[in-house]
Amino acid sequence: MEMLTDFWNWLPLPLQILAKIIAIMVPVMLSVAYVTYAERKIIGYMQVRIGPNRVGFFGASLWGLGQPIADAVKLMFKEIIIPTNASRFLFLVAPILSMGPALAAWAVVPFDKGWELSNVNAGLLYILALTSMGVYGVIIAGWASNSKYAMMGALRSAAQVVAYEIAMGFALVGVLMAGGSLNLGDIIAKQQGGVFSWFWLPLLPLFFVYFISGVAETNRAPFDVAEGESEIVAGFHVEYSGMAFAVFFLAEYANIILIGALTSIFFFGGWLSPFASMADVPLIGDGIQWFIFKTFFFVFVFLWLRATFPRFRYDQIMRLGWKVFIPVTIVWLFVEAVMAVLHVGPWA
Amino acid sequence: MNSVKHFFKSFMFLELLKGLGVTGRYLFSRKITVQYPEEKTPLSPRFRGLHAQRRYANGEERCIACKLCEAVCPALAITIDVVEREDGSRRTSRYDIDLFKCIYCGFCEEACPVDAIVETDVFEYHFENRGENIMTKEKLLAVGDKYEQQIAANRSADARFR
Repeated sequence: MEMLTDFWNWLPLPLQILAKIIAIMVPVMLSVAYVTYAERKIIGYMQVRIGPNRVGFFGASLWGLGQPIADAVKLMFKEIIIPTNASRFLFLVAPILSMGPALAAWAVVPFDKGWELSNVNAGLLYILALTSMGVYGVIIAGWASNSKYAMMGALRSAAQVVAYEIAMGFALVGVLMAGGSLNLGDIIAKQQGGVFSWFWLPLLPLFFVYFISGVAETNRAPFDVAEGESEIVAGFHVEYSGMAFAVFFLAEYANIILIGALTSIFFFGGWLSPFASMADVPLIGDGIQWFIFKTFFFVFVFLWLRATFPRFRYDQIMRLGWKVFIPVTIVWLFVEAVMAVLHVGPWA
Repeated sequence: MNSVKHFFKSFMFLELLKGLGVTGRYLFSRKITVQYPEEKTPLSPRFRGLHAQRRYANGEERCIACKLCEAVCPALAITIDVVEREDGSRRTSRYDIDLFKCIYCGFCEEACPVDAIVETDVFEYHFENRGENIMTKEKLLAVGDKYEQQIAANRSADARFR
């Protein structure tokens, strides 16, 4: 053990950071791969089917656990077709632009007490900035494809993300006021003390607004008009194939997991155990296992929503974003501010 | 009053939660998927699959070349040529069913006065070469010989409805 820590301290700083990045990225990418599997399986189960169950490892079918790997290998070997008159450079850069922010946001996510790549004091701001960057990939993809369907998808996606970004930002202002810090670790530390001192209870409307906006931000059902099959085929990524398409796909799922993680950090106490009195007991006490459990619970809710609700009409989405969520968040922010000034409730 | 009620209903996500409840319940219900190559659904005795020509117990082919099936066939999939055999009976020299034209309606089977042309339970077949879609008389008789037991069992199971 001592030798290991000696070795770690002997490593130059860039290598240490690189090792940490790998330690975060590999599990995240693996989860992304298996969330695609979980999605097919869970939606299948909700539709009284059994979902993929054939592809396994070494001849054993193992409930289809090999499916994501087989899919990835297939996509890697497919040709990336670039349409004539497409803007070649932008066309190829777009998937990277949507993937980059989805992964970069993990830099400030605290997995456990002190377990984060960088302890940024403006972590919440950084997250807000990066999650809004993701839409550039979509817009550029739609523009560079030189296709009307892709263009329409990109426009819809842009309008929708802008609308919900505002509601999301306001919801996070509420978290900021309650937490008294922009640092994600501090926000979690402020929620110490069991299920009922987590922020979801005092910020219940903001929690719903944040989560639903998160669903809209990631262009997931029931807000997935950006890729509405019935009208615009597949939206912004109609012209993409092979690995370029796969990267868009990965970015979408990385964003889902990210929104799940952020919801659990902002409203459900991140790594904190729901049982405050047992904080030091291994497994039940505070620790990364709670963070992972909460994150994947919200990912499950994403899939659950997709299996349940039909797609919203476009004007309904806009109405919900501008005329419901933004007023609701502003009202609740006002309530919160008044309570904070009068020293009542959890903000005293 | 109604609008207030509606306002609260939509604000509390009541209907959405109800929907989530339904899918949540189905998540744990028994799955109805039939895993095809290993499991198969039961077939009706009236199932209309691959065609066959039957024989009598003494080995004589049933078909008397009456051409009723050719006449009734809505897809014009059946082609029949007739000859007089040495013993003076009327027989087919050619009996072709084009499976690409056939719509598996079962009219030929219904029209047949001697139960010669039938449709069997076989639905798992494929063609590897051009021309294999034409079921000649030999092929039809071979199918009939192979599945005679099943064909006879299906006929007798359905007999009281015919």
